[in-house]
Amino acid sequence: MIQLAKGKLTFDINECKGCGLCVEVCPKKILELNEQTINVKGIHPVSVIDMDQCIACGNCGIMCPDAVITVEKV
Amino acid sequence: MSKVLMKGNEAIAEAALRADVDAFFGYPITPQNEIPEYLARELPKKGKLFLQSESELSAMNMVMGASAAGKRVLTSSSGPGLCLKQEAISSMALTRLPAVVVNVVRSGPGMGDLAPAQEDYWQAGNGAYRIPKLLPASVQEAVEMTYEAFDIADQYRIPVLVLADGMIGQMMEGVDFNKLPQRRENLPEKDWRMAGTNEKGHWNHMTLHPNMTLLKATSILENEIYPEIEKNECKVEIVDVKDADIVLVAYGSASRMSKSVMIDMEGSEIKLGLIRPKTAWPYPYDAFDEIGSNCKAVIVPEMNIIGQMIDDVRIGAKGRWPVYHVGNDSKSTLNPEFIMNKINEVWEEVK
Amino acid sequence: MSQVVYKRADSLTKVPFTFCPGCTHGIIHHVVAACIDELGVKGDTISVSSVGCGGMNPPFWDTDSIYSMHGRAPANATGIKRMNPDKFVFTYQGDGDLASIGTAEIVHAAHRGEKISVIFVNNTTYGMTGGQMAPTTLAGQKTTTSPYGRDADHCGNPIRMSEMLATIDGAKFIERVSVDTPANIRKAKKAIKRSFECQLKGLGFSMVEVLSTCPTNWGQSPSDSLKWLRDNMMPYYPLGNFKDYE
Repeated sequence: MIQLAKGKLTFDINECKGCGLCVEVCPKKILELNEQTINVKGIHPVSVIDMDQCIACGNCGIMCPDAVITVEKV
Repeated sequence: MSKVLMKGNEAIAEAALRADVDAFFGYPITPQNEIPEYLARELPKKGKLFLQSESELSAMNMVMGASAAGKRVLTSSSGPGLCLKQEAISSMALTRLPAVVVNVVRSGPGMGDLAPAQEDYWQAGNGAYRIPKLLPASVQEAVEMTYEAFDIADQYRIPVLVLADGMIGQMMEGVDFNKLPQRRENLPEKDWRMAGTNEKGHWNHMTLHPNMTLLKATSILENEIYPEIEKNECKVEIVDVKDADIVLVAYGSASRMSKSVMIDMEGSEIKLGLIRPKTAWPYPYDAFDEIGSNCKAVIVPEMNIIGQMIDDVRIGAKGRWPVYHVGNDSKSTLNPEFIMNKINEVWEEVK
Repeated sequence: MSQVVYKRADSLTKVPFTFCPGCTHGIIHHVVAACIDELGVKGDTISVSSVGCGGMNPPFWDTDSIYSMHGRAPANATGIKRMNPDKFVFTYQGDGDLASIGTAEIVHAAHRGEKISVIFVNNTTYGMTGGQMAPTTLAGQKTTTSPYGRDADHCGNPIRMSEMLATIDGAKFIERVSVDTPANIRKAKKAIKRSFECQLKGLGFSMVEVLSTCPTNWGQSPSDSLKWLRDNMMPYYPLGNFKDYE
């Protein structure tokens, strides 16, 4: 069975400006701007819908203009 | 034989070399080209940098960079070039960066004239600052002032202007390099220089924001730095003002003309005195308090038409005597004959 | 055992970026900082900032940094690098700074082969001052000072700085990149690193032009802005290398 990489994401949530670029570039479509929360900026910040699907490609990390997302391969 | 016959510009360049200048950036403009030409030849011999830039504007910004890197830097130009330098001079004055700027003054804007002039007295960039301005009246003085300017710049972290008129730059006189001022000791360390955190152990962000607001920076300059400069760096020559009927106030070549008129008029009924500012800022306002009770008028010979230093003279005079300007006319730059005529004309009014 | 795939670069301070949401200046800063990290030159770096949104960056650099006057960053950088030839000196400039008021400075820095690295951020707009026309504004593009669309008859067609500077001998590495997709960001990082290596090897002047967006002044979302970049800017400003070294 092919073992895909598994990723772990951590967020510096108060730095998120809600630009949405990370959501766009995630190949697994597991990121969203979570309307259930607000950060100190008053923004709906990024959050993960299903961490198990993360393949640690790093796209979200490098796309974020504020380096909100740290991506690790586990 | 310790005196050497040198052209003003070349002597100024040599003075900078002896002050251990690290770099010269500049652009050709009459009547100061001997300065870059001399340094183009001599700086590489000492392993120091000569770089001709694409404009005076760019040269002054290179000066800003090299000064920010903690080095001793020189640039030179003439009137129109100084206009172009103002942007970076303003920035350096308010960012507290040292450098020496030599202005060998000619008249008018770019397509004005090449005749020597004293028309750049008001060196106003934009922003609330002052910079020391030195006024040599001989090649020897130009040498001593240029040499000392580097120390003044480093001591107070400020750009220093040497304002020589075109005659001083072009004339040849004997210079004694053994008579240079003492190098100042205990100049502050430049731990703010741009050199990387490896070298210094810390970084500096060379900008007024956000480490310091503009108001705070100018407040420090006004309340701490400028009073020190005013206390220590004001220089003036005062000649025979106690008994004088008329006092001339002049700097640079205009002061030489004034002195020659004083010699020519010795023995006449008009007793003449002279105040010769050697610094335009700090200006020697106190010198006017030495003028005696005989004085009936003050005349300000300047190599210009509109009169510039005359404003400072009026401040120093405090209304005690009428103040007159004598300068160029429509055909000729100021000369001793104009000064003598003015003295006689004024005398008729005030005697 | 986890392995970091992406984290914020070390050469930056912790000061949050003041750029607008989704602004490519943020992306570019992270790429530049990562290159400085990876080349190990952080302790010898002097950043020369400029006038423009991107130029307001000294607080973000955990290195020496100096503000230059508008357009004059290459001249400041020349002074600093010539005095400290063993340090790493780079400028970060926008359209107005580099392609308008600073054209003499950038041309002559390239002409003299100054060993500095330039990051030129091209977003066809004067962002900081509210969206006026830039020398890089596209024909027909509306800005606050070209409200009817840039008219080439009136004020010319946009200027291609990379192509122009590549004709100069002293320029040893010139490349145009984009940061509109993760793939392009990775390519941009390669080019920027190679540009920095050009300086570290002492070869001469290097510049990377980065196609960028200005969502705020374009009046578009960050995502739509990137699409606009792809559809409109890339045809006129082709990506690629214009000067390379061995």
